[in-house]
Amino acid sequence: MPDSLFEQVVDAARALGVTEIEAIVSEETQALTRFANNTIHQNVSERSTQLSVRPVIDGRTARATTNRLDRAGIRDLVAEAIAITRLTEPDADLLPLAEPEETAEVHRHFDSTAQATPQDRAQAVAGAIRVVESAGQTAAGIYSTDANEFRLYNSRGVAARYRETMARFSITAMAADSSGWAKASACDRHALNPLALAESAARKAAESRDPREIPAGRYTVILEPAAVLDLAGQMFADFSGTAIRDGRSFLNDRIGQQLFGENITIYDDAAHALQAGAPFDGEGVPRRRLTLVERGVVKQAAYGRQAAALAGVAPTGHGYPMPNDAGEAPMNVVIAGGDSSVERMVASTERGILVTRLWYIREVDPYDKIFTGMTRDGTFLVEGGRVVAGLRNFRFNVGLMEMLSNVQQLSPAVRTSGEEVFDMVVPAMKVSDFNFTEVTRF
Amino acid sequence: MSACGYRRCRWTRSRCPIDSNLAVLLAVDQELRRNSGVSLAEGQMHFERRRQVFASTLGSLIDQTRCLSGAGFSALSYKDGEIQKRSYPNSFGGQYQLKGYELIEELRLLQHAPRIAEEAVALHDADQCPEGETDLILDSSQLGLQIHESIGHPIELDRVLGSEANYAGMSFLTLDQLGSLRYGSPMVNVVCDARESHGPGLGTFAFDDEGVPAQGNDIIRDGRFVGYMTSRETAAAVGGTRSNGCMRADGWARLPLIRMTNVSLQPGEQTLEEVFDVERGIYMETNRSWSIDDKRYNFQFGCEIAWEIRNGKRGRMLKNPSYSGISTEFWNACAAIAGREHWTLWGVPNCGKGQPEQVMGTGHGASPSRFRKIKVGSAYAG
Repeated sequence: MPDSLFEQVVDAARALGVTEIEAIVSEETQALTRFANNTIHQNVSERSTQLSVRPVIDGRTARATTNRLDRAGIRDLVAEAIAITRLTEPDADLLPLAEPEETAEVHRHFDSTAQATPQDRAQAVAGAIRVVESAGQTAAGIYSTDANEFRLYNSRGVAARYRETMARFSITAMAADSSGWAKASACDRHALNPLALAESAARKAAESRDPREIPAGRYTVILEPAAVLDLAGQMFADFSGTAIRDGRSFLNDRIGQQLFGENITIYDDAAHALQAGAPFDGEGVPRRRLTLVERGVVKQAAYGRQAAALAGVAPTGHGYPMPNDAGEAPMNVVIAGGDSSVERMVASTERGILVTRLWYIREVDPYDKIFTGMTRDGTFLVEGGRVVAGLRNFRFNVGLMEMLSNVQQLSPAVRTSGEEVFDMVVPAMKVSDFNFTEVTRF
Repeated sequence: MSACGYRRCRWTRSRCPIDSNLAVLLAVDQELRRNSGVSLAEGQMHFERRRQVFASTLGSLIDQTRCLSGAGFSALSYKDGEIQKRSYPNSFGGQYQLKGYELIEELRLLQHAPRIAEEAVALHDADQCPEGETDLILDSSQLGLQIHESIGHPIELDRVLGSEANYAGMSFLTLDQLGSLRYGSPMVNVVCDARESHGPGLGTFAFDDEGVPAQGNDIIRDGRFVGYMTSRETAAAVGGTRSNGCMRADGWARLPLIRMTNVSLQPGEQTLEEVFDVERGIYMETNRSWSIDDKRYNFQFGCEIAWEIRNGKRGRMLKNPSYSGISTEFWNACAAIAGREHWTLWGVPNCGKGQPEQVMGTGHGASPSRFRKIKVGSAYAG
């Protein structure tokens, strides 16, 4: 079906005198079971197919998208894309469409996830709710199972295809004056353990009851992987050749500099076993493995084809579908871990704060890379090498360069899900001098 | 059956052709880049017409068409290890309303481009916003976002009842506080109003997505908390006999959720001069960052630009301004609200809620206002 769609796109374009054209077909099935107050209150499933086309005409390009896939719909779509392309200003930097390249195969489609039924999700949710309920708490969360297929074609012969399934389970356990949270994702839903996640969330809610209030200030923190992800993950859009050229990246004039501690190494690897996502970019270019940071020194940024041509480097296969104003970004980030663990970090801490997750993280300063946000769902006081109490939540204002220069210990890196950035492979971190600026009321 | 905000709109392809829109944006771009300190100029326009038919076995057959327009631009300046940015008429895309092309003309984009470019560049040489407590004056666009975060979200009754606990969070406005909580100073009056009479906000419609007619309801009356946003299912939880019409879905395939319509601070009685009439204070303009906890108590906002106020007059420019506080304490510190002639109904086009996440446009009317002894500068403290 999708191949024939592209043939129709090419025919419609040729009929209008256009030979350079790209098409993207995306088919998505998204199913989600949602629960709150210990009851499933929403079960939804949505299937959609979209076709978008992008002609290139005399240094101009534009994209039009539809979900109307009959012959007339495709003909209208192509005509619309050509019309708006002709209205745009010529771009002297615009490249012709990409040539085909060999892309490594990845296996990220699992029938177990694609064929999951509402009953499958409901049974898992019921078990998780029982765990939380039996602790005298209230559960809320989601269990989703998605199956997506993405195909990219162009008139120069690119025909790239990627299939992926993704299952996500997230749970919040709420007690009278405390809460706990856990979340995980995997291409194969059988790799998830909803009961273990529920037990973790319930334990955190129980252990953080009667939260104490301690003053804001600089503390040693132990950031669980979700907290590391949602905070450190904010910086990777800046590892972009286009962002650097535009002067909006914190890496402006800093490539090659030691910005982080020597224990920080970060790479981007679409083939990593714990990663997900297509092994090619928005123009069909294969994703190359990038060393973004090596022992604290910024080594490489990502480059789509246009940014690469302007910078005189090779494209890295990280471009977004054209046209766009963001350029490119690493999409398969791995922060290399160490040999510690959250338990060992706690045991080695005389006084500090254990943080489950961070929330509502926003950029305060784009060049100093300062972010603000809140702790949430399980913040604990550590004294004498053990967790001694729950704490009221804090607001932080933290510069990422300072934070990643103050990392004392790292756990092994694990696939991690949060709510603020896409999933990455990151470790837990013990960080000194983490700057909490205010305390909230719970 | 009703049409809402459609017949009066100048919204057709012939009325706002893409080539003339591009010409306006390119002229703005050229004007911004005329200033050599501007590293990146960005501009955008957005036009949307959405027709929606709602039918139910309760007897509803509702046909609504809503037209939305939006536009704005920004100038970014990178210099000596610092990035500064100014936006017009608001950050994150500009102003959005339920209007046609007349919105674009009203905004006079080109006219404001030189000032915005100059301010973006001048910020590099401005003094850092100090840390401490001061009287704070906010422009209406920043106050619109303050309303959105510290009043709009906490009054969503589904959130109060726990439906959103796993993602968006809950609310400090527990049911026992209805009718008794002192949410603001006596001059603070906030409404949730989806009716056309409130204005062309992104939360204006004729019927919500349960088929309930648009309504206007008091949320804070004379400083006291008096109302939530409700749905047909939740209204009874607060003694309501009917929904107050706040259920909205971001598409035909999505379940409606309780969403903000137009949550607005009613105009006050002060002149602009009276709002600025402080011996010492800081005036902040245009949002740069926003963050609030999952029960909506503790917030921190950053703005693009600020000026010191001395004896009612604008003094030196300040860069990297921020302020923070607790929602109820902030609104109780409200000391002056400018009148209707300074009131603007701002559009927030990208409010996220629900799982799977739904994105909704909301409206927030506000006029420049002053707040006593607010903590400023803590974003850069420590």
